[in-house]
Amino acid sequence: MSAGSMLLKGGRVVDPSQSLDAVRDVLIVDGVVAALGTDLSAPEGARVVDVSGKVVTPGLIDVHVHLREPGQEHKETIATGARAAAAGGFTAVVAMPNTDPVIDSPALVAYVAAEGAKAGAARVYPTGAISLGLAGERLAPMGEMIEAGAVAITDDGHPVMDSGLMRLALEYARGFGVPIADHPEDLGLSAGGQMNEGVMSSRMGVRGKPNASEDVHIVRDLLVAEFTRGHIHLQHVSTRFGVEAIRQAKARGVHVTAEASPHHLLLTDEAVEGYRTEAKMNPPLRTEADRAAVMEGLRDGTLDVIATDHAPHHYDEKEQAFDDAPNGIVGLETAVGLILTHVVGKGVLDLPTMVERMSTQPARAFGLPGGTLADGAPGDVTVLDLDASWTVDPDAFESRSRNTPFGGWELTGRAVMTVVGGRVVYEG
Amino acid sequence: MSRAVSSPLGKDLVGLEGLSADQIRTILDTAEPFKEISQRRVKKVPVLRGKTIVNLFFEPSTRTRVSFEFAEKRLSADTVNISSSGSSVVKGETLVDTARNLEAMQIDMVVMRHGSSGAARFLAERIPSNVINAGDGRHEHPTQGLLDLLTIRDHRGPIEGLKVCIVGDVLHSRVARSNIFGLLALGAEVAVCGPRTLLPVGIEEMGVGVFARVEEAMEWADVLNVLRLQLERMQGGFVPSLREYNRIYGVSRARLDATGRDLLVLHPGPMNRGVEIDSDVADGPHSVILNQVTNGVAVRMAVLYLLAGGAPDKAEAAKQGGEA
Repeated sequence: MSAGSMLLKGGRVVDPSQSLDAVRDVLIVDGVVAALGTDLSAPEGARVVDVSGKVVTPGLIDVHVHLREPGQEHKETIATGARAAAAGGFTAVVAMPNTDPVIDSPALVAYVAAEGAKAGAARVYPTGAISLGLAGERLAPMGEMIEAGAVAITDDGHPVMDSGLMRLALEYARGFGVPIADHPEDLGLSAGGQMNEGVMSSRMGVRGKPNASEDVHIVRDLLVAEFTRGHIHLQHVSTRFGVEAIRQAKARGVHVTAEASPHHLLLTDEAVEGYRTEAKMNPPLRTEADRAAVMEGLRDGTLDVIATDHAPHHYDEKEQAFDDAPNGIVGLETAVGLILTHVVGKGVLDLPTMVERMSTQPARAFGLPGGTLADGAPGDVTVLDLDASWTVDPDAFESRSRNTPFGGWELTGRAVMTVVGGRVVYEG
Repeated sequence: MSRAVSSPLGKDLVGLEGLSADQIRTILDTAEPFKEISQRRVKKVPVLRGKTIVNLFFEPSTRTRVSFEFAEKRLSADTVNISSSGSSVVKGETLVDTARNLEAMQIDMVVMRHGSSGAARFLAERIPSNVINAGDGRHEHPTQGLLDLLTIRDHRGPIEGLKVCIVGDVLHSRVARSNIFGLLALGAEVAVCGPRTLLPVGIEEMGVGVFARVEEAMEWADVLNVLRLQLERMQGGFVPSLREYNRIYGVSRARLDATGRDLLVLHPGPMNRGVEIDSDVADGPHSVILNQVTNGVAVRMAVLYLLAGGAPDKAEAAKQGGEA
């Protein structure tokens, strides 16, 4: 990606990595942060943008997205996904490996990285599979994939059911300092489930996935991480017991990081009523007690990061009977507005903590550059307008897919500029 | 395109959940005059003459499909049957495309059975024709619920205050859900009885009691609705064996006699004799199983008539030769 130089003048800079929340100019030279200060002047030829009245943060990072390429380009491509990320205020995303073919070799990791660079929008960091073909049997070539650019190792979408394999993955990854990310779901307990198991699923006559299917697996992962001293990253935590188990494990010193998704923070299984496939995802939307616990876990830091689990599907695929429709919703272009309106706006998190959960901590958990505006850091910046009122219009998405339960939601606050390496990749 | 006229039920019959007691009573009352048509030598009235109805069955069915077809034909509708084997459904066509193609042929009504819960509602939201749910996944089978209500009413008078226990595989049963919603709407007390592996989570929160033992259920209930135990439930490990199921949950003559009470026994069919119900019950004085089948045709005629815009108070006149 070509490096750029620019000066963002007069914005409120919120950078929790430096405990900074003050009006500053941000100077980026040759793609990296050169200075924060007041009355800075721009070098020859650099673009100068007046961002007074706006908030300037280190670029937001989403550690959980599905870009569908290779193999399912009718849902999303690396390029459309990277543009959707930029439009949503993200300067970097971490792409999951459950593509077709599965990203389980260094060549495929390199392909995702190269396509991401070519897109020229948000940075795209690849991941590699834990097991060859996501089959859950033998380790994929972890070291070679990391050398090729994988920032984490995960079988996302396919929980690692074999505890012995999980042990090997966590131990082996310790030599490389990358997290093993797991989708916690006991497939025996969740078998056939299409939504949360509870009164709603009983009324609707839809097979459910009980909380216990997630809880059992979270506890298993925590215990294996504890004795291997590996780094487990738990994806899209959705249950109240799961949050509490992670809280206790952190208190014991287990190396665990965990995600909260905007939909699990804001919705319950009532959103599925009427067999609404746009609210069908995995893990499913759960009850109000679970939603509140995920929110509390985010507030107290048990859940380190907000990640969208951006999961594009073609409209034909969602336009089916509930049991037949695939799981997942897009999230890149709604996350910032939803969190600003319904998490920061409701006083659950203050703005610096939101930035911490969406930039500083994601960078730290996955060992990524960025997440800070310290001197020499990547010139990745998100500019937020906290007062902009807007309505979610899926037809206006940069993403190739429109599958969201948030269409029509009226939100306050959004990203108005996304800068990657000193280059503007989105302006709206 | 023919548009559905407004009916007391709305455009569709997707389920009994959400219907008012008045709406359900209207259907049952409308079924009364239609019962007589099936007793005639010439079993046909011109109520739905010129209406086109598609019976779209994505799952195998004999009883329900035939019952709907008799109801339609006795009301003089033109009907087409589509079943999943041999149709474009198995060639990979999506439900929405199937629906649009039917719609393009200017049909008036669709009767659909589908393996996915919510499929009937899905269809109803996408086509202007009337949609009647003939069973969607584990969700609802509203005409079965209605014929059960009618049969109970025939034998025990008003539903209000009656105690009805549904026995067996409630978890997988669309019949159970339609019964629960319909009975509760009409003011019955409802309970279920069966192995916990076959009862839905949170059933109590739907306003339904639970009996662990069928003997206790029989002491409590005025009416038993005994559900079919499908063989695959045993293969799926929900119950250890059919023999054990029969021993513990089977509705037997000895158990009925032990209560000393005059229980009414329903079964939606097809029965597994010797599993959930013994032959001496199915063929005995408690059973109204064949009355259910007879009532099924009348209830379905009533639903077709009402959705086509027929006035509830004109059903008597309609059966004498008028059109809806």
